[in-house]
Amino acid sequence: MYATSYHRASSVEDAVRLRARNEEGRYLSGGMTLISTMKQRLAAPSDLIDLRHIPALRGISIDGRKVTIGAATPHADVAASRELRALCPAICELAGHIGDPHVRHMGTIGGSIANNDPAADYPAAVLGLGATVATDRRSIAADAFFTGLFEIALEEGEMVTAVTFEAPEKAGYAKFNNPASRFAMTGVFVAKTASGVRVAVTGAGSDGVFRHAGFEQALASNWSADALNGVSVDASRLLSDLHANAEYRANLVKVMAKRAVAAAG
Amino acid sequence: MTKVTLTVNGRTVSGDCEDRTLLVHFIREKLGLTGTHVGCDTTQCGACVIHMDGCSVKSCSILAVQASGSTITTIEGLAGQGELHPVQAAFKEHHGLQCGFCTPGMVMTAVDMINREGGKLTEEKVRAGLEGNICRCTGYHNIVKAILAADAEMASGRQAAE
Repeated sequence: MYATSYHRASSVEDAVRLRARNEEGRYLSGGMTLISTMKQRLAAPSDLIDLRHIPALRGISIDGRKVTIGAATPHADVAASRELRALCPAICELAGHIGDPHVRHMGTIGGSIANNDPAADYPAAVLGLGATVATDRRSIAADAFFTGLFEIALEEGEMVTAVTFEAPEKAGYAKFNNPASRFAMTGVFVAKTASGVRVAVTGAGSDGVFRHAGFEQALASNWSADALNGVSVDASRLLSDLHANAEYRANLVKVMAKRAVAAAG
Repeated sequence: MTKVTLTVNGRTVSGDCEDRTLLVHFIREKLGLTGTHVGCDTTQCGACVIHMDGCSVKSCSILAVQASGSTITTIEGLAGQGELHPVQAAFKEHHGLQCGFCTPGMVMTAVDMINREGGKLTEEKVRAGLEGNICRCTGYHNIVKAILAADAEMASGRQAAE
């Protein structure tokens, strides 16, 4: 790892101030991607601004059917929240299958979506639920937040502070793990929300997480796995790598979508 | 250099290190606690698992400065007064190791599992809980057996105490 300077932020304002002072700095949440990347010398931030000790960023709050998850809330806390499970079990299930138990104790929802790894699970939930991403300066709809491979709509120095969504009527997530890395080779999140059916696909798109309009239309008129039988998945914008080519992933998208609908009930 | 202060296995310890120093290196090299192992460079193997503030974590993927102020338990902190921790005893009894390199991480992971779901572990839960720990020798079978035996033993101990 290249040398770096560590700063522990005590508040959101403190973090933003520290970040502004260090042009080549990065925010550090759970570090489950960033530290590994730095170990491999694929990232070399001059400064790290640790967000893990900011109380305001941590925790799950529920107001009626409105759910707010603080950006620095670890996956294990989301997986274990009984209140959240009662409203939206799908996101708890998803969080409980990210990485491994040790990663889930450190990794956070804010870190995951800010990184927007094309094989990460949370982007599918945030996009599938039509969530809103709160930052230190504004709110961004999930549809506008994820802009490409490891790309998001944040400005320089902007920081994710929370993810908010209305609990869906139904939701489910299914993923096909890469047998070695256990990352999602394809994962599909389906949700029946107040504003319609949403289907978000991770692990498969060459531009990262994406919605599938064909699946959404089919499920809006008939919420059942069978409704997806006749809907095709265009392989031309899917990832091809040594683990699975685009055609294989196109098939996985459909199979996982069906499993997600079945899981949602 | 930054001063890092930790409570490790019940003792408060301090040491200076570079900000880029990984917690596992701080534990092994500054504190001389070499039971925590480094098995890979990619955050996958789990040989470095310790407990930080009551949660199992991979100490190879955390900077020592990130951990400063926290309470740490390493494999050296499990056994009390010359007696093995029930999980350690079960690994010995059920031959839950061969070369032993992954064992500290396996044991720390098992203790975390039992702390969270003691008395309710099943083979399926144990196997899922070992997702982040790789063993190249045993095929996991005896590790799973040892963890289930330790869980049962500790649960009956808790019942007897009640």
